[in-house]
Amino acid sequence: MTQGVVARGRAWVAAVPGIWLLVFFLLPFLVVAKLSLSEAAIARPPYLPLWEWDEDYLTITLNLGNYRYLIEDALYINAFLESLRIASVSALMCLLIGYPMAWCIARARPERRNVLLTLVILPFWTSFLLRVYAWIGLLKPNGVINNMLIGAGLIDQPLTLLQTDFAVILGIVYTYLPFLVLPLYANLVKLDGALFEAAEDLGAQPWQTFLTVTLPLSVPGMLAGCLLVFIPAVGEFVIPALLGGADTLMIGKVLWTEFFNNRDWPVASAVAMVMLVVLVLPIMLLRNAQNSSEELA
Amino acid sequence: MKQLPLAALIAASCVAPIASAETLNVYNWSDYIAEDTIEKFTAATGIEVNYDVYDSNEVLEAKMLAGNSGYDIVVPTSDFLQRQISAGAYQPLDKSKLPNLANMDAALMEGLAGYDAGNEHAVIYMWGTTGIGYNVDMINERLGDDAPTDSWALVFDPDVVAKLADCGVSMLDAPTELLPAAMNYLGLDPRSTDKKDFEAGAELLMSVRPHVRYYHSSQYISDLANGDVCVSVGWSGDVFQARDRADEAENGVAVSYVIPKEGALQWFDTMAIPVDAPNPDAAHKFIDFVMDAQITADITNYVWYANGNAASMPLVDEEITSDPGIFPTDAAKANLWASQVYNARQDRNVTRLWTKVKTGQ
Repeated sequence: MTQGVVARGRAWVAAVPGIWLLVFFLLPFLVVAKLSLSEAAIARPPYLPLWEWDEDYLTITLNLGNYRYLIEDALYINAFLESLRIASVSALMCLLIGYPMAWCIARARPERRNVLLTLVILPFWTSFLLRVYAWIGLLKPNGVINNMLIGAGLIDQPLTLLQTDFAVILGIVYTYLPFLVLPLYANLVKLDGALFEAAEDLGAQPWQTFLTVTLPLSVPGMLAGCLLVFIPAVGEFVIPALLGGADTLMIGKVLWTEFFNNRDWPVASAVAMVMLVVLVLPIMLLRNAQNSSEELA
Repeated sequence: MKQLPLAALIAASCVAPIASAETLNVYNWSDYIAEDTIEKFTAATGIEVNYDVYDSNEVLEAKMLAGNSGYDIVVPTSDFLQRQISAGAYQPLDKSKLPNLANMDAALMEGLAGYDAGNEHAVIYMWGTTGIGYNVDMINERLGDDAPTDSWALVFDPDVVAKLADCGVSMLDAPTELLPAAMNYLGLDPRSTDKKDFEAGAELLMSVRPHVRYYHSSQYISDLANGDVCVSVGWSGDVFQARDRADEAENGVAVSYVIPKEGALQWFDTMAIPVDAPNPDAAHKFIDFVMDAQITADITNYVWYANGNAASMPLVDEEITSDPGIFPTDAAKANLWASQVYNARQDRNVTRLWTKVKTGQ
């Protein structure tokens, strides 16, 4: 009896995220999947229906041409590869900058940790869009950085900083850094201090301790942090649109072009489907990393 | 991160469709109306107005084709209007409710009829051209007196553009306007839909690509005004806005707009009523109100775009009516062309070539 109540209670609790996923992930996903098999048309909405009832006949028309199109034109594959490249470089840069930050916060006195963590989260209090616009002001030819360098006599001509891949990666690293620092911090702060003492007692130099004890134990945190940067960065649209040049080819921009310039919702949906599949792999890695870090804890 | 703007978007889209009999939802281009127009409309009719803005036809079109936008008045450009009409996005106007139609310029309305047969669905809001805005001093400094400031050569001749690369060259991110301009410069028909002609135009654009700083449809306004770019392919009124901003800032930047001698695209922005508008009655009242001679003149005096309202002309500032960049001379008029509406395949050709121009792929 009581067991039944508990089981039912559990089912209800589990149903909340289940329904959430159903309504906000699975249903939109199915809509996009259906759209990706349709055909564009000048109509409202701008695609042909997938099935039609005519008398007693149900006609279902599936158009696989949208996917074939993605393979035939090298543009899409190149855009995917370029997005993966920019996202990987950004995740790596985040790791290089974020690891020392997370490590310092984790090693700080407990009462100072909260202050430092608040500082990491503080930028979120300003709109993300405003902060990206602020970078435009810093990087543009007539902007703060160039004017300072020219004023200091280091350069004669303004450097081209804006509208480059460099600016895109800078923007992504700046925006997503907290997403790496926080999970990595959570991982590092839980490491058992006795391990470091043991290493020291056994004669290890601090860098040896770091390389042989801290680093291997923080792999799950690094992985989780990198994926939290990598996954949204692949599909990023706003940052390349504002900071990138015309030749910055990323899949988010390609998707925009398909949807708005070509009015081709089906091909846009096919691009989105492929992007999802490309990203499922890292998401599964993330799950594994989380599971193994839970086991460690 | 992205949830925040998304939430705001959802909130905004929820607000729009809740329209009682006494509200009107207007969706217009940014910086495209006089400061007091809405106020005056509400004072005259008692109808409250929700006023939203966009900065690209593509965004408007996505909303119109999705349907249920909640808007009563939208302002599509002529070629987009035509396609959206054929998709069934707009309702026919009830001309008995629009007595001020008599104010409109017959010749211009006939031009619009090329996109909307019989002017059934839309009236002209403003019109303009796609030409060249430039920084007078910076161009002079680099090209001297030989600067071809009256010609598309300023942006399409690789030798000329190369000399301007350091001070910044920008172009609209509008393939359906840039490719025809390039084709026209090559002596081809800007209204051609032949794939070979598109390719020739794209080749020309690619030859100047290394010297172009960016392709964007609104950023050049402030960049021209601040001297961050020195030449932009842009929309007439936007370049004049850049000139105004530079004047206001007193930063010593002199901006000028030219309709090149080879000709330019003439476009109409039109007021239309979506087929599912919640309050078509108020929408008709708004269109009629804007077609009032004084109201249209006020808008032109503020946004520096030409209007299609013959009765308003005596009320428009002479500074504007006498500017050949806004109201072209008859000789220049003869070289203006109307945009061509492409079918889906041609559209794809054009945008694919445009991606190639921009990214080299």
